[in-house]
Amino acid sequence: MSEVLVLVDEVDGEVKKVTFELLTAARELGEPAAVVVAAPGTAAKVRESLAAYGAAKVYVAESDDVANYLVTPKVDVLAALVGAKSPAAVLVPATAEGKEIAGRLAVRTDSGLLIEAVGVESVDGAVVGVQSIFGGAFTVRAKATRGTPIVTVRPGGVDAVESAGAAAEEAVEVPAVDPAKATAVTGREPVVGGDRPELTEASIVVSGGRGVGSAEKFDVVEQLADALGAAVGASRAAVDSGYYPAQFQVGQTGKTVSPQLYVALGISGAIQHRAGMQTSKTIVAVNKDAEAPIFEIADFGVVGDLFAVAPQLTAAVAQRKG
Amino acid sequence: MPNIVVLVKQVPDTYSERRLTDADHTLDRASADAVLDEINERAVEEALLIKEAQGGEVTVLSVGPERATEAIRKALSMGADKAVHVTDPALHGACLLQTTRVLAAAIGKVDGVDLVIAGNEATDGRGGAVPAMLAEVLGFPQLTHARKVTVEGSEITVTRETDTGLTHLRATLPAVVSVGEKINEPRYPSFKGIMAAKKKPVDTFTVADLGIDAGEVGLDAASTTVVEATPKPPRSAGQRVEDAGDGGTKIAEYLIGQKII
Repeated sequence: MSEVLVLVDEVDGEVKKVTFELLTAARELGEPAAVVVAAPGTAAKVRESLAAYGAAKVYVAESDDVANYLVTPKVDVLAALVGAKSPAAVLVPATAEGKEIAGRLAVRTDSGLLIEAVGVESVDGAVVGVQSIFGGAFTVRAKATRGTPIVTVRPGGVDAVESAGAAAEEAVEVPAVDPAKATAVTGREPVVGGDRPELTEASIVVSGGRGVGSAEKFDVVEQLADALGAAVGASRAAVDSGYYPAQFQVGQTGKTVSPQLYVALGISGAIQHRAGMQTSKTIVAVNKDAEAPIFEIADFGVVGDLFAVAPQLTAAVAQRKG
Repeated sequence: MPNIVVLVKQVPDTYSERRLTDADHTLDRASADAVLDEINERAVEEALLIKEAQGGEVTVLSVGPERATEAIRKALSMGADKAVHVTDPALHGACLLQTTRVLAAAIGKVDGVDLVIAGNEATDGRGGAVPAMLAEVLGFPQLTHARKVTVEGSEITVTRETDTGLTHLRATLPAVVSVGEKINEPRYPSFKGIMAAKKKPVDTFTVADLGIDAGEVGLDAASTTVVEATPKPPRSAGQRVEDAGDGGTKIAEYLIGQKII
């Protein structure tokens, strides 16, 4: 069975959930081989969790250059592995950095690039990427016509399922950097993540819209989110009105999320917003306006005042969780 | 005095409904209103700010159908000096690799390019990869997702902002930059700017003019192919209740019934 390379997304030795989703997806296509391109000492920290999600192999490319240069060291390592191992596909998380790595890898290896997949399938020996485009209005199945299929997989697109793997390590060299073509990283200021899960990785998202009315009143959204262990999102209208920071915007010009549960509070449900959330498994909406388009896609809707309904729900959830 | 090329793209308005054509699964560009992608205006603005501080020349580059002329005119009316428009029916259905190679070839038509500036993500394809891919083809450093750009002599520094936080970047020109939402507030074209734009030169090229065989681009030669495209059955509305003082409780009961909480 041919190998499927999975680029490991980790921060300081802690593996991101999307990596487990990619390893799960890779099993559909062949034998998952995790690729760790990171600072020295990282593989020892991540190997066990990669094994738990079915990595048969772990390619270890460790060098200080990985932290000191943007994107290209990871492209260099993957390109070398594509040449040496002829994998069936390369799966990369569809994060900002992952999309750039995948794009450059496709150029360098002259390969088809399948972007933002929500799943992968093996059809008659070909790797098919399943894409949900225009905010879920169309499902597209596409394949590469040359090279090695390079697939970026959207976080949350595949459910991670554990499966034991051997995780046999093999050291790989990080090629030397060409300073004229490379970008030096001179400093980093990581986002200090609060206690809430990341928007695109969360299994529950609670979002507020124009109906929340002010930045102060977003408390009511945050309290429900915290009771549910959810991430907080906001509609474009709420962000444009200054109620909530732009990095939490869900919609066509913000993040695309597809959690198990999406709760829309005071959001009318313009196409712009629906494009970012309508692939959620379950949608619950609260809005004063019975005609709000959000109700057309909600599995459960309450026509009412969110300031009455949301706190009651928060209390009910807190009570249930005891 | 940096010579700057800015990439602009006409995209369907995200507020209108977007579709795929039945015939070949390409974007139905006729079905939606087209606008200059918002992020492109920020790319144009950043180029103009650099030019105003340091001199140089700003060239707008667009690859796209005839209609892209509107996006080009908008950029010129903001203050860009000239434009290159690559338009060719052969490009219909071009994949990301082809588009990148065409952009790179067109950039080669502009003398002594120091800086290529693009938006970080188009709202239609959402690849988020084209600036990085372009850097790969051109052999330039990539300084992408910028929220701050500083050019001093041959050195460029950028503050990159993504979900993971800020990263400080440094490289030497020539380089490819992509700008994010927070980079600047684009100016509105002045009446004078709109009038002046009508006289600014727009060079139009076909792919053959760029030294690319028309058979190497477009749908048939694409590096990816759509196997099938199915419109998703519209999500149907589920239950809806009026809040009678127990709306929150009703939701909780529903979520418990669905085993979500």
